[in-house]
Amino acid sequence: MTIAVASGKGGTGKTTVATSLAAFLARRGRRAQYVDCDVEEPNGHIFLKPDITDSRPVTVPVPQVGTGKCDGCGRCGQFCRFNAIVAINRTVITFDQLCHSCGGCVRVCPHGAIRERPVEIGRIESGTADGLQFTQGRLNIGSVRTPSLIRTLRHGLDPALVAVLDAPPGTSCPVVACVRDVDYVLLVTEPTPFGLHDLKLAAAMVQQLRRPPAVIVNRSGLGDQRTHAWCREHSIEILAEIPDDRRIAEAYSRDRILIDAVPEYEALFARIAERLSV
Amino acid sequence: MRVVVTAQQPRLDSLVDARFGRAACFVVVDTDTMEHRVVENNLIAPGGAGIGAGKTVIDTGAKVLLTGNCGPNAFRTLRAGGVEIYTGLTGTVRQAVEQYKVGRLTPAVDPSVQTHAGTGPQS
Repeated sequence: MTIAVASGKGGTGKTTVATSLAAFLARRGRRAQYVDCDVEEPNGHIFLKPDITDSRPVTVPVPQVGTGKCDGCGRCGQFCRFNAIVAINRTVITFDQLCHSCGGCVRVCPHGAIRERPVEIGRIESGTADGLQFTQGRLNIGSVRTPSLIRTLRHGLDPALVAVLDAPPGTSCPVVACVRDVDYVLLVTEPTPFGLHDLKLAAAMVQQLRRPPAVIVNRSGLGDQRTHAWCREHSIEILAEIPDDRRIAEAYSRDRILIDAVPEYEALFARIAERLSV
Repeated sequence: MRVVVTAQQPRLDSLVDARFGRAACFVVVDTDTMEHRVVENNLIAPGGAGIGAGKTVIDTGAKVLLTGNCGPNAFRTLRAGGVEIYTGLTGTVRQAVEQYKVGRLTPAVDPSVQTHAGTGPQS
């Protein structure tokens, strides 16, 4: 089973929920893994403090043109909608950063002049943290291939384990790569107008992917009741409400997971686990 | 000689468009006669706009580009096509061409902005 913890707005508590949910499952004897898909800035490791035992590079293919065979016909450039390869005065130049690795240029070249070479975009690191499997992606600085790294990260997961995916914020391609085809999407939000605005965007994105979302209201007691009303109107279940409790912020600032710092909230994660039947 | 100027509107008295890849259009001007024509820019490029625009400029046969800013991908494309790039131009298309004709402009040796500089809100 795969559970993605996502949000529209950043900083609503994805990592707070994902780290404690994964740790809770592992402590209850479930074979579980925490997977940090926020590969542009993975931070779950700060809280779970895993012992990293494996680190491997992730590469994507980009075109390399053999000058001997290329006659500069430019078919490759006409095919590429991202302008990652282009023929200028019968000389082909490439832009690795714009390439989406579709392989189209290789196929349309009538001279077999293009082959693919691997370019490193980041790394996947894994290990364990107190019986919990831990995996994170780490995108190289300057790389824009976030979805590719997330897809590779998800592809390598052990399906026998319950996976808790810590998603990137927002609603764009990296998030879609993370929540596509998961069993459940938990959307963490704050009950504020800003939180609700972005929750609506995130819920629409998740529904388009045909994944029914459920909501976790964080910092409950803050803001107003409009988030609750909106969830009711749209038949989106609020699975749990985490109170606006100063102790939680203090624990976070001291890199401690919620259920360790304030054990009374374990019951809340027990309810989430029960509701998801994990 | 033929030069290309990025323009906000398709005429000689339009202001120079500070963007290159996302320029509203290009005005191709004959510096001797001031005769000109307008070349459209592909404004719906999903990515690599500077490269596509660079190819458009190269295809006009001009060897000189006058514009506001030029990013690294456009820069590399234009240079591969043997186009000399002049950045920092303001005022109208006509004024830009006249400045070029006086001969006091220096061609850019580096891109003037990062990639995607022209995609944000314009000031």
